[in-house]
Amino acid sequence: MLLKIEKRAEYSKAMVYLTPVIALVLTVLASIILFKLLGVNPIEALYQFFVAPLDSKYELSELFVKATPLILCAIGLSVGFRANVWNIGAEGQLTMGAIVGSSLFIYFPETESVFLLPAMIMLGAVGGGAWAAIPAYFKTRFNANEILTSLMLVYVAILVLSLLVHGPWRDPAGFNFPESQTFSPSATMPILVSGTRMHFGTLLALLAVLGTWIMLARTLIGFQVKVIGAAPRAGGYAGFSQKKVVWFVLLFGGAMAGIAGISEVSGPIGQVLPTISPGYGFTAIIVAFLGRLHPVGIFFAGLLMALTYLGGETAQISLGLPVAVTGVFQGMVLFFLLACDVLVHYRFRLNTARKVVS
Amino acid sequence: MTIGSGETPQLELRGITKQYPGCLANDHIDLKIMPGEIHALLGENGAGKSTLVKTIYGVLEADEGEIFWAGELVKIPNPHAARKIGIGMVFQHFSLFEAMTVTENIALGMSGRQDMKALEKQIIEVSSNYGLPLEPRRQVHTLSVGEKQRIEIVRCLLQDPKLLIMDEPTSVLTPQEAAKMFETLRRLSSEGVSILYISHKLDEIKALCHKATILRGGKYISECDPTLETAKSLAEMMIGTDLHAPEHNIEENTGPIRLKVRNLSVDADIEFGINLSTINFEVHSGEILGIAGVAGNGQVELLSALNGETKCEDGEAIELDGKAIGRLGPNQRRNLGLAFVPEDRLGHGSVPEMMLTENAFLSGYSRMQLMNSGFINTGATAAYAKEIVDKFDVRTPGIHHTANSLSGGNLQKFIVGREVLQKPNVIIVAHPTWGVDAGAAASIHQTLIDLAEAGGAVLVVSQDLDELFAISGRIAVIADGRLSVSRNLKEITIEEIGLLMGGTHSMGETGGRSHVA
Repeated sequence: MLLKIEKRAEYSKAMVYLTPVIALVLTVLASIILFKLLGVNPIEALYQFFVAPLDSKYELSELFVKATPLILCAIGLSVGFRANVWNIGAEGQLTMGAIVGSSLFIYFPETESVFLLPAMIMLGAVGGGAWAAIPAYFKTRFNANEILTSLMLVYVAILVLSLLVHGPWRDPAGFNFPESQTFSPSATMPILVSGTRMHFGTLLALLAVLGTWIMLARTLIGFQVKVIGAAPRAGGYAGFSQKKVVWFVLLFGGAMAGIAGISEVSGPIGQVLPTISPGYGFTAIIVAFLGRLHPVGIFFAGLLMALTYLGGETAQISLGLPVAVTGVFQGMVLFFLLACDVLVHYRFRLNTARKVVS
Repeated sequence: MTIGSGETPQLELRGITKQYPGCLANDHIDLKIMPGEIHALLGENGAGKSTLVKTIYGVLEADEGEIFWAGELVKIPNPHAARKIGIGMVFQHFSLFEAMTVTENIALGMSGRQDMKALEKQIIEVSSNYGLPLEPRRQVHTLSVGEKQRIEIVRCLLQDPKLLIMDEPTSVLTPQEAAKMFETLRRLSSEGVSILYISHKLDEIKALCHKATILRGGKYISECDPTLETAKSLAEMMIGTDLHAPEHNIEENTGPIRLKVRNLSVDADIEFGINLSTINFEVHSGEILGIAGVAGNGQVELLSALNGETKCEDGEAIELDGKAIGRLGPNQRRNLGLAFVPEDRLGHGSVPEMMLTENAFLSGYSRMQLMNSGFINTGATAAYAKEIVDKFDVRTPGIHHTANSLSGGNLQKFIVGREVLQKPNVIIVAHPTWGVDAGAAASIHQTLIDLAEAGGAVLVVSQDLDELFAISGRIAVIADGRLSVSRNLKEITIEEIGLLMGGTHSMGETGGRSHVA
């Protein structure tokens, strides 16, 4: 090996917070090259990507619509990541939350009550949490790796959703299209700003940001999460149960993703469709890391990643770029972020082992 | 032994300097070792001994300075080059594969392919020549710590070294094993092999070494002849101030029984772990009970059963002030007045990346009432952390610094202080001064003695016999998961303890008896 990697004895604390910015700059630079190769004027493309989606009140509100599920999922995941529990199945938990939450409306469509929506949100949290309880059980009982179990359950959840909307949940008056009936007003998220699609779910996301911030900084369970993540043996010494923390973070993450799911179907979508998320649950992993696993950081990272969804759509329309550009963008951000993190904590050195003794 | 002043030194260092970010580990250090000389490298933790040795062995590269080998300027870029010119090193922590044989382990440490049969012969030859008995075909996990160390020494000797570096070699040995190793070292020295011997045990250095180089705070302090110095004068050179032996006048079995352990048996839950079998002892109010023993004889398992990280099947096996606590968790036991200082300061006794305030909260949140209607009371937590820092002289720029920014001694003072301020009835301390400088060690000992004099019961588990003799009233020995009967300090000698540590239960063990008091 010509190069070797060694851990830095001390790393710069400031760099930890600067890396997201550096990663973004590198992403922009790399995307300029990418646009050049695609034969598009890079300046024009960047404008369409990052500025055009923000030039009206409606467009701005769309940013919050897209950011809401991202922030909710990422907040839930980040608490798990703090405890070294690598739940990457938020997409499945989101889907299951949407299914369980909307089941209330599907089976009682005539209900007109102010309690219908809150009950649906509660059920959404329960559904997402229950889906995350499966990896929690396997991890605490058999020490099964939660990365694998949570990821595999994503596909199961998506297939369950597909089964339902193609079968029993199909709208009888829907000309055989695989979709449920549209939600009644009392099963729909209230709109926050008239003329936009910004809905009550955004408030829930803000509440999650605030609540999680307080939980991590000021409560015993938040402290336990941090201790178990940083030094599990110190947690054992203090009498904290590792199993309890694993259960807590997975249930919490699942519940957050579940709320994201129900606020999508009873918010901007308004009915149950075979596809309810363009990968919010996976993008949330990037959001969590880009936000440095801190609730406030996640709020801003969520807005930024939402922008890449909007920008991707604009670029598709105005420049004829493929929709995959959004994925490439998000992938680059994560790649550069992880690379920067490695360089903050480690350095490369030329290996001098081959030198002869003089 | 041939040490002439006119000869060229085997190894000479001139002005070795190594700068770490934020810390000058070696500041222009000079060192001279003659052929056949046993040279001690003395210094507190953090004095720069390990850095210097790693530079010699090629693990680190010095920023400045020159190394002369038998009079010639050399560069040692890596351990492979060091071995090639004849430098061997025995590390404090062994690098052996437990599931392989002695020969296989030795072959792995050598470069190139090995003829196993010939190697086996060589091993037998070297090991019998130097009084290091080894069975080449034994699996390493079946060997004692002393035997494992012999593998490391034989591995070095096979390379025919001219300089052997030994890093705290006796810290894991019984007194008898250590005495045997000294014979081997003297023998090597008489054959002209130089030995660089790192230790903090001053008596050993006085008995074994010809010369000593003393480091303090990364700087060269002096070179002296340890045989002409007293242990006290050497220690003073190391820490630079006068040493105070802890004061204690603890009368034996002064008060009622506070901690009582009856027929405690725990099966190890990991491979190569030690099963505890029918352990019996008690600690009275006002006394310090010491548990001696070579590491890896069940101390970890015993400590974990006592503090509640392992729960006992028989709840009655452990009693605290007459209350059965065997089935309780660590926090419940702490609330009843049992405090615990683990062996591993970073990662077990504290969370390295967390601030001192958070680390104060870690064990104190419940007994010190640092919660306020479900939320962490940051004011009270900071006040508690501040009190620890002030009362126990923890040197830190502030309570909002992380635990891993403190030196070992200061962090240990913080952890001991944190537990003592919780006013425990019983405190269990594992290796209280391991890797701690002499100044901090004295202050920690004094803290424990004060606690006992105030009516607390103290249990100290340590490998360091000097420490146990200095502070405890009674001593018991743990070997292979069994605990000997405890004996009054005045009735027992170091030799007897050494025999017990080696697993000779001539004094009877507590196993199976229902009562020993």
